[in-house]
Formats: sequence, C-alpha cells, structure tokens
Amino acid sequence: MSDLRELYQDVILEHSKAPRNYRELPLANHKAEGYNPLCGDHFTLYVDLDGDRVRDISFQGSGCAISKASASMLTQMVKGKTKAEAQELFDKFLQLVKGEGNGNQAELGKLAVFSGVCEFPVRVKCATLVWHTLRAALEGKQQAVSTE
Amino acid sequence: MTTVANRLPREFRPSRVHTGFDVEKVRRDFPILAQRVRGKKLVYLDNAATSQKPQVVIDAISRYYEEGNANIHRGVHYLSEHATEEHEAARKTVQNFVNAAQAHEIIFVRGATEGINLVAQTYGRAHVNAGDEVLITAMEHHSNIVPWQILGEEKGARLRVAPINDRGELLLDEFEKLLNPRTRMVGVTHVSNALGTVNPISRIVQLAHGHNIPVLVDGAQAVPHTQVDVQALDVDFYVFSGHKVYAPTGIGVLYGKTALLEAMPPYQGGGDMISSVTFEKTSYNKLPYKFEAGTPHVAGAIGLGTAIEYLNGLGIANMAAFEHEVLEYATEAISAVPGIRLIGTAAQKAGVLSFVLEGIHPHDVGTILDQEGIAIRTGHHCAQPLMQRFGIPATARASFALYNTKEEADALVAGIQKVREVFA
Ligand SMILES: Cc1ncc(COP(=O)(O)O)c(C=O)c1O
Repeated sequence: MSDLRELYQDVILEHSKAPRNYRELPLANHKAEGYNPLCGDHFTLYVDLDGDRVRDISFQGSGCAISKASASMLTQMVKGKTKAEAQELFDKFLQLVKGEGNGNQAELGKLAVFSGVCEFPVRVKCATLVWHTLRAALEGKQQAVSTE
Repeated sequence: MTTVANRLPREFRPSRVHTGFDVEKVRRDFPILAQRVRGKKLVYLDNAATSQKPQVVIDAISRYYEEGNANIHRGVHYLSEHATEEHEAARKTVQNFVNAAQAHEIIFVRGATEGINLVAQTYGRAHVNAGDEVLITAMEHHSNIVPWQILGEEKGARLRVAPINDRGELLLDEFEKLLNPRTRMVGVTHVSNALGTVNPISRIVQLAHGHNIPVLVDGAQAVPHTQVDVQALDVDFYVFSGHKVYAPTGIGVLYGKTALLEAMPPYQGGGDMISSVTFEKTSYNKLPYKFEAGTPHVAGAIGLGTAIEYLNGLGIANMAAFEHEVLEYATEAISAVPGIRLIGTAAQKAGVLSFVLEGIHPHDVGTILDQEGIAIRTGHHCAQPLMQRFGIPATARASFALYNTKEEADALVAGIQKVREVFA
C-alpha cells in the first residue's frame, strides 16, 4: 500500500476530483489536443500567449487521476511563465517522473507530488501527456499529440 | 419491436451441474498460477487477452525442440517425417475439436487476426467490388473491422454496422434489415471480448444464407469457453487464436468450407504452397497447403493440439458449466459494490466482466488492483467504436478461464473495495 500512497498522494487525488482551470478559454490563441490511445485519455489545452509569456491557460477532457491532476497542476504552474521557463519545468518534471533527476525537487514546487510515478513505469505517460500537449500548443502544432 | 437473442445458443447452454470438475487440481496443471506477484498471490483475470499454459503444453513444446525438431513436408529423413506427422496430427485434433468435415479445411495461421486478414485479402478481394458492402456488428474487435476497411478502401466498398442495445446484445432485426443484394460478406464475433456477449450465430448464419451471403465468425473468445461445431453452426469461415485457449502465441486457425477455400486465390506466395514452379507459371498446392506458405509454426501447432487434448480430457461441457457458475457468482458479487456499472449485461455471456467505477478511471483501478496481485485489463480492448457506443473511454475488464475460482472473484471484489478506499 505504501507505493500506492506515494502515487496517489492526497494532493493528486484532490486535483483529479476538482481540477483547476478546467474550462475553455475563449481568448486562447494556442490550442492543442493530447491523446493516450491505450487508455482513452483525451485532453484539450488552451493557451493565451502574450508574446512569449503565458497570460492564461486552461484545459478540458477526461483521463485517469494521474493525467487529470497533472493537467490541473500544469495550468497552475505554467501561468505567467515564459515559453523557455515552461520548457525547463517540463524537462525537470520528466526527470522526476522517470526517476532520473538529481533529487533536487525544490525547483519543481508542488509538482514534486508526482515523484511516486517513477515506481509505476506504465503511468509515466499519464503524467506527461498534458506536458507534451503543452509543448505542441506552444509550438503551434496542428496535429494532436499522442503518447503512442 | 426489436428482438434480441434471448435464448442461449445451444452450444453455450451449460449442463446444469458440473460433475467432478476439480479446479484446485486444474490449477496445479498451470505452473505460473503458483506465482506470487508484488508479494501477493497472483490472481490472473486477464484471460481474454491471453490464457496461461498448462504444463503438458509447455512440455510438448520443449519435447519437440529437444527430440523432434525438423522442417516439415520437405525431408526424407526420420526427424522430418516425424515432425510432419505430429504437425498433421495436430491438424486432425483441431478438426475434431471444431467438428470440421475435413482436415484440409483447417488452415494454420498466426491467430484470429491473420485468419480474418487472409479471408479479406483472398475471398474478399475476389468477391467484393465497388459499391458492395461488408456487414459487421457494433461489438467487433478491431481485427474484424480494420481488414474490411482496408479491403473497402481498395475496392470502394462500404462497411455496414449492425447496432446493439444497451445491454450489449445484437439487434437481430436491425441486422436483418442491413442484409441486401450488395452485401458480400458478414463478419461477426461469436463472443465479444469487451462485453462477453454471446451472439446467436446459428440465427445470424440462417439470415445471411437466406441472402446467399457467407459468414465469417471470429471465435477468438468463444473457443476457450465452449464446444464449437462449425458444421452445426453452418459457418463459412471460423477463426481463433491458440494463445487464448491454453496454447502458445503465434498459432491460430482458419476454418473454411472446402468449396470456398478451393475457389479462393492464395494469400501469400512461397515454399510449401506450390505444386510446381517455373518462371512462367506456378501451380498451387492443394488444401490446406495452398494457404500455408513458408515454414509453419510447427511447435505451435503441436502445442495447440496438446492444449485441445488437455481440454478434451477435462471435458469441455464440464468446464463450461464450471466457468458459467464462477462468472455468475462474480457478476453477483461485483454488482453489490457501490458505484459499479457493468458494461455488457447481455442475457447470454461468457468469460468477461467489464465494468466502470463511478468517478474513478479504469486505469487507476487497474494500477491499484495490480498492487494486490490482481491482473486485469483496462482500456478500450481493441474495440474503440464499442466504447463510443457506451459513451465511455475505457473499461476495466476481468476475464475468466477454467482455472479461476470463486475465491478469486472475492479477491477481485475486495480489490475494488480497496480502490474505492484510495479514492474515498
Ligand atoms: C474477439 C477477438 N477477436 C480477435 C482477436 C485477435 O486475436 P489475436 O490478437 O490473437 O490475433 C481478439 C484478441 O484480442 C479478440 O478478443
């Protein structure tokens, strides 16, 4: 049960039940879709980019607790950041969920609650789906992002 | 009024009681079941994906490689002759298992998928033309959808889909209405891998034959749970995979009626499928070899033959009655869990218990059960259109085999309670 509690930390469960910034963003000038065809997760990410900076960001869609909480917390963390800062956060987040980091979770802030994911390799895709989607949105990619 | 199949097809009608089916003894025949995973007793409920193998099958494969390995149909030497005999004996065993009229009607393929592709690419390409239709059902596995789409794209033909009701039962009236002079082929699953629904194959075949349309039945999920009689069902083609019926992966069966197989062009070209080759012209070998190009999976065929003999030894009717009892028990137990919604509540079911838990994604259910040593499948089960039909992205699916017990059903229900605790 301990690994499970590491994975499903209260913060994650809470975000999955009451996701933040869960709405459409009428003013979004960037948008991307992300799919995980294996489990049917499907999210749309809306980004309102002011020059190089994320002025507002939101999402909608359905998925497992991990992917939904990740989306919810992403929107909180990325708001106000520049593209480069968002990318840097993504890189660190990837290291964390793959268990490859240097153990320094300070820069990740509350995203550190995803540290339990590295014990569940098949769930890494759930945690990172929306981050890949963010990158696609920022790059203005038209095609939907897929984990496969 | 729409009629649904509410009578249990004869082949699935369980005998009232199973006599002397000793599940604990059966479990000892499957070495993998004694394993502990993640510190817990393994509860393997992913049998619709693939079944575990009894020791006799594992031994038959080892023995083949240790004592009998040779290429077949080609050698004059002792080992080759012997391997050929064993391979053809396995074909006879399969013939008797599905009650085919002739051994040459049993074509060895890689699995159900390859069997369907073979029919689509040979019979289909020869008979389906622009404007024609292939009729399937809303509960097909992707393997009985995509091959027909590929054919349809090539030929300009259309895929038609017979609908199902909310219980996951085929609407026979709607199916019948979709049969028309442009229909060239009917493809239907015997048992749905995502819902467990047992389709009324005899009735479907009657309706299709009334319009002179041949029927291909995907038996991947039926063969592990029942005695199939292809002649009684009067199906034109029947496919199944060995690995779902206690045999190895990489071996499967396409049954076809002789007249249809004779008239079909070959599928792949190569060795063994020819009778003579010159650079100008090749004449093809007789059935079944015409459809078995290249060196086949000899060990797989022997493993499949052994698995069937193992089932015959247990008594298939006996096994089916026991499985039916466990599935009923599990269905009842799981239905009592608050927030459970069963996906697939057909009157006639086999092997499968698909469900969703309110507010909890199936993927999370699967991860938490896995920590309890319980193996289930979560996702769309290669039936995305079916998931859309039920308005869900995925289900959690527990699927049962002859070695699953009521205690394991209890473990599943306890595991689901734990999922609810984590998410409480
Ligand atoms: C109903 C059904 N048809 C076809 C298949 C395909 O079988 P295979 O992958 O062994 O070819 C499966 C297995 O997943 C199935 O459940």
